[in-house]
Amino acid sequence: MKDSAAVDQSNSSRRAAGVVFGLLLPILIVNIIAFVVPVLNLAAMSFRSATAIGSLDEALTLSTWQSLLGDTFYWSILWRTVWMGALITAVTLLLSYPLALFVSRRSGWVKTVLVVACISPLLISAVVRTYGWMVILGNQGFLPALIRASGFTPPRLINNEFGVLVGMTEILMPYMILSLLSGFGRLDPILDQAAETLGARPLTVLRRIVLPLSLPGILLGCLLCFVLAVSSFITPKMLAGGRVSLLATEIYDQAIVTLNWPLAACLSVFILFVFGAALLAYGQLSKIVD
Amino acid sequence: MLGSFLRSLQFLGLAAILLFLLAPVILVFPISFSADAYVAWPPSGWSTRWYGELLKNEELTEAFSNSLVLAIYVTILTLLIATPAALVLARNTFAGRSALVSLFTSPLLLPSIVLGLAILVIFVGYGLVGSWTGMIIGHLVITLPYALRVLMTGLSTLPPFVEDAAGTLGAGPFAVFRRITLPLIAPALVASAALSFIVSFDETVISLFIAGTRLKLLPVSLYHYVESRTDPLIAAVSALMVLGILVLVIVIERAIGLRKAVAK
Repeated sequence: MKDSAAVDQSNSSRRAAGVVFGLLLPILIVNIIAFVVPVLNLAAMSFRSATAIGSLDEALTLSTWQSLLGDTFYWSILWRTVWMGALITAVTLLLSYPLALFVSRRSGWVKTVLVVACISPLLISAVVRTYGWMVILGNQGFLPALIRASGFTPPRLINNEFGVLVGMTEILMPYMILSLLSGFGRLDPILDQAAETLGARPLTVLRRIVLPLSLPGILLGCLLCFVLAVSSFITPKMLAGGRVSLLATEIYDQAIVTLNWPLAACLSVFILFVFGAALLAYGQLSKIVD
Repeated sequence: MLGSFLRSLQFLGLAAILLFLLAPVILVFPISFSADAYVAWPPSGWSTRWYGELLKNEELTEAFSNSLVLAIYVTILTLLIATPAALVLARNTFAGRSALVSLFTSPLLLPSIVLGLAILVIFVGYGLVGSWTGMIIGHLVITLPYALRVLMTGLSTLPPFVEDAAGTLGAGPFAVFRRITLPLIAPALVASAALSFIVSFDETVISLFIAGTRLKLLPVSLYHYVESRTDPLIAAVSALMVLGILVLVIVIERAIGLRKAVAK
């Protein structure tokens, strides 16, 4: 009697496990076909080499890695990618912080409208938003026309690093604002009032109270923006007109134009190393902040 | 006096930042009504000719309908695949549960340029490049994480004892799901659907890699068009896309709030 109950129970728990597995199977299949296998395969691809006619050599080799690491061209691309990423992140933070602080202090429908206005650009295709920047910054665009109307000669605003900086900053602002808003969550406005009552001036309140308490949100936003800036491809490609080489644009050129997949795979692993370094820095900084 | 001056200066600064954020989205509207043959500000005249050109442009209209059909397929499949997975992952505790959640959401962490390349290299071998099957799988891998997260959050906010109560009263598991759980997570389902639709319809990088030259998709065609020409035609497409997205944004905001849906 006791035995059959135990058997029953183990049968039903086995059936439950089967149901759990069955319900997870579809998502597991998609994940394996289009994520796990391709990514592992790409990592393996970086140890192959392309022959002169563009086909792949069967043998495993370090030669692609050697030619990548020995070429100063790729190091200069890596360097430009990292410092452009850092600059874009810094400018994005400077513009987003006051706006996010303002939005977090509103309430009711005003807050809802502002949050939606700040975040909804996120859902609009990067191609469309970047095209908007081409309309604004292009030689016949909105801003040069404005500069000309005020009697100056406009400098070139597009097809250079400045254009990429402006476009990327705007593309990434919604992510930064989102992270900052979640960070401001633990910031009670009553702390400001307390500090002001005790005689602190607004700038002191900002420096001593608001900034330190919102540091976790700042760090998270910076990590997110840096990682996205480093891996972005559409906006730099459209706004730089092929004149600014970054890791992501180089991966695309090697994969689609030159068809050197092993090199593109090496550069992909390179980008993941930059990601790893950014995550490590984030981890260390978060520890200091806490 | 000085205080109010500083305050209005502060408002001006904030308004300027907000304007910067929205400028590219706003400016495509006036440009789309330009009468010129190229993008120039200010336009020498106004007309609706580019909207007419748009309807006549076969590549873009084909790409639009392909993207629409693809996004609908992807959205339906996303809900069918993510809902059972979210139920299992939100309602059960078993060994490896959190590892599975990380595995299923990690495609979002990978740069889409790396993911696109990785999928391309595998799909070429199976002849999936430029096929509908390949496109659907390639989009599912990034819509599923969003939907899974929104649905798991939706499930975690409703008390499990409601389902237990229905079970105690004699309802079978499927009846509990259909009569109790499904209506309660309807907002999360609506938000997941809208989000999956937008993500699929907007996806550019992965599509650029695996759509090939046969299967035309709107973001890819727009990208190639902009590469070669700058006339206000793309402004007309952009203006229509912005209006469409605006409708979906309102749907998501009404369903669960936009902030919850898009947080990384």
